[in-house]
Amino acid sequence: MQLTIKYFGMLAEATSTTEEVLETKICSVFELVKTLKHQHPKLANTNFKIAVDQQLTDLNFIIKTNAEIALLPPFAGG
Amino acid sequence: MNSLHSRYHRQIILPEIGLSGQEKLSTSKVLVIGAGGLGCPVLQYLTAAGVGTIGIVDFDVVDTSNLHRQILYGTSSLRKNKALAAKERLTDLNPEIIITAYTEKLTTKNAISLFLEYDIVVDGTDNFSTRYLINDACVITKKPLVYGAIFKFEGQISVFNYQNGPSYRCLFPEPPKAGSVPSCAEIGVLGVLPGIIGSMQANEVLKIILGLDTILSGKLVTYDCLTTHSSSFSINRVETEISKVLDTSNHFETIDYDLFCGIQKINEITAKEAFLIKNAWFIDVREPYEHPKIESLHPKYIPLGELKEKASTITKEKEIILFCQSGIRSKKAVEILLQEGVKNVSHVKGGAVALYEIMSNLTGFTKL
Repeated sequence: MQLTIKYFGMLAEATSTTEEVLETKICSVFELVKTLKHQHPKLANTNFKIAVDQQLTDLNFIIKTNAEIALLPPFAGG
Repeated sequence: MNSLHSRYHRQIILPEIGLSGQEKLSTSKVLVIGAGGLGCPVLQYLTAAGVGTIGIVDFDVVDTSNLHRQILYGTSSLRKNKALAAKERLTDLNPEIIITAYTEKLTTKNAISLFLEYDIVVDGTDNFSTRYLINDACVITKKPLVYGAIFKFEGQISVFNYQNGPSYRCLFPEPPKAGSVPSCAEIGVLGVLPGIIGSMQANEVLKIILGLDTILSGKLVTYDCLTTHSSSFSINRVETEISKVLDTSNHFETIDYDLFCGIQKINEITAKEAFLIKNAWFIDVREPYEHPKIESLHPKYIPLGELKEKASTITKEKEIILFCQSGIRSKKAVEILLQEGVKNVSHVKGGAVALYEIMSNLTGFTKL
């Protein structure tokens, strides 16, 4: 299946991209995060939540179909 | 038509508002925490719309570097407390409402009693420890929280704790590692971004008061001002996060939110004290082009960006005192040096601006 990964805020800087496409087998959000941190070592020290098709999920969520994945970091600025 | 009606005429003629909506606005009480980039537009729109009672919490003073985005203030506001300066300008905008300025820092000791006096709380702060403190105090006092936050060209908006909706902790249960998310003071911000995000926060406040549909509860909206792209994400309420906060109700006053966010205690000295300390090593962490230079302290010049790699060259024999322009970057610099194992390090409150003021006032001061 095909996943479109979107990076927000400082994660776009850590990965040097705002969007990329990933071909992968059915996987949990946990496995996906592991893969992404392997591909982008700078993600290791960042904090973010994952949304699958615009719904915030937890690490146990299983991604079964093509989906849009968003990595959302917290912002502090005001 | 009396003055009240002419002031609010353009919104009263909207069928969604009308005279009854205007009455709701005039009897509502909104507390805005942080009168900075986000807080200023929130305050301006709420004041103009006739929200009857507005509280402003800010302990900081207006600095020249604020003016490119905090356009509520003018040059005449410089060095004044933000809550007081905001009140002054807003009273001119609308003298028919009650505005209260709180010049002290929001703490676990004053938050609960303060929040209980208001209907809605707006978060316009710039750090995680205050954001978690505000969220938790809103959960405990059952007040809706209108949240906004920015990073460079991107913003986030949501309404938390509204009619059993999710809270900030349902979105972000744990704060990020201290220092891992830079602030506007460190990385910069385009002036219009907090203007846009703050205006969206004001919009949510008005919708809540007026009982209009589609409040941004259970949704996180992000906006990128470079691509003009906006996204919306659904957030679920997480009962365990809510009850974790409610369980702290009895000892809320004793919680250390800085500690929770991994913030180390930063030693701070005043500009006056800086001139009295003997045998200290001063480091100016500003960029080379920044003025005024404080030559009389004989500082080493190490810009913030180079501090980590040059930490090993810093003496461990003497007291280290850091300063920047206003005291924000130097605070960050103290954190960096502490992480690099440099001890006995502090920074100057108010930075070079405060040091320069002392130098100008105390002519004849021996050390100058």
